[in-house]
Amino acid sequence: MSETIKTDVLIVGAGPCGLFAVFELGLLDIKAHLVDILDKVGGQCAELYPEKPIYDIPGIPEITGQGLSDALMQQIKPFNPTFHLGEMVTGIENIGDPLYRITTTAGKTFETKVIVIAAGGGSFQPKRPPIEGIEPYEEKSVFYAVRKMEAFRDKNIVIVGGGDSALDWTLNLQPIARRVTLVHRRDDFRGAPDSVNKMRSLVAAGSMDLRIGQVAALEGADGQLAALSVKDKDGKLDRVACDAMLPFFGLTMKLGPISDWKLDMEDELIKVDVSTFETNRLGIFAIGDINTYPGKLKLILSGFHEGALMAQRAHHYVHPEKRLVFQYTTSSTSLQKKLGVA
Amino acid sequence: MPKITFIEHDGTVHEVKAELGASVMETALRNDISSIVAECGGGCTCATCHVYVDEAWVERVGPPSPSEDAELDAAFDVRANSRLSCQITVTEALDGLIVRTPSYQGR
Repeated sequence: MSETIKTDVLIVGAGPCGLFAVFELGLLDIKAHLVDILDKVGGQCAELYPEKPIYDIPGIPEITGQGLSDALMQQIKPFNPTFHLGEMVTGIENIGDPLYRITTTAGKTFETKVIVIAAGGGSFQPKRPPIEGIEPYEEKSVFYAVRKMEAFRDKNIVIVGGGDSALDWTLNLQPIARRVTLVHRRDDFRGAPDSVNKMRSLVAAGSMDLRIGQVAALEGADGQLAALSVKDKDGKLDRVACDAMLPFFGLTMKLGPISDWKLDMEDELIKVDVSTFETNRLGIFAIGDINTYPGKLKLILSGFHEGALMAQRAHHYVHPEKRLVFQYTTSSTSLQKKLGVA
Repeated sequence: MPKITFIEHDGTVHEVKAELGASVMETALRNDISSIVAECGGGCTCATCHVYVDEAWVERVGPPSPSEDAELDAAFDVRANSRLSCQITVTEALDGLIVRTPSYQGR
């Protein structure tokens, strides 16, 4: 068991709202750690539309998702937040008033006075193919991620997809697997051209197989795959014997373990008090797309506002002995010192 | 206003009025059709607004662009008449359009 990380605030989600919350909390001398399931910061801005322009950030006529994420990282730099990327919060235990113990999928434990859920549309998780009867195979012979390459040594594996994940794992596993078959719906790949060329050379050399079609059915018993059927565009089925299947169809957003945190919810969204953005549980806040209240708009600018008000209330729990005096960054030397500009 | 019919996999039919210039995906969201998810909000980056264009309409709607076809790689059960509805713009010529939504897609 690793050491417990003690912090004032744990922010769940490192999208734009989670990042800006670091700024608002930092101005009030509140230190934050952030956890995000993606291996990068920026949330949907970085994952779904890094190159698409956003036109409704106040004062910024046009900025891309990645640009906004980069700008926020620069803005919060003075507060030196700690990021825990590629992991998801799971368990929660109330151990104080308020004080929470939070665990993550990476086995970390946090003790925090305040939790800020800025989880957007939920955590990004692999899309699961809607193939009938797939559930018993999942995590036994159908895998959405490769944790240990060795597990696939001398196995017949089928990798499904046409993007970089499918191609990268095809190239990485081909040398150690008995046989790799890549299945993709069309004979065109959106992954990196260099990976596509390498894959095509392996196919030409007879070192792996490429099937154009979609997986239509699975065969096997007790969670162990024996074969799968690939349907081509004319509907013809082709059986491919295999020990494991690795589908890579990108990511989708799922609320995940937070739904078990005993928070008042409405349509998968967390209900909050509109003056503090606190949930029904003391010291647990929800900001950005994940929350709901009368008149809610899922806009980044609304999430920024929510973060500012949340910080005022969070201060009450983190520094109960200190009186909070409202200040402006333009005129307050004390705030400017925190920002490193005074 | 053009009329668009959405038929869900369980047979539920939604006949709705669509605004010219809006996308078929936006039309679905405005009418609470839950089998159109649109996680990315119309950016052609999530493939959760997948529809099957009725055979009679395939020619008028046209094929997906190369980038849309690439994004269809992230959808399931892709067919010759598959489109991402965020990439179909409502025009007068599409008055009466019929699309079906895949069984796996929904909120």
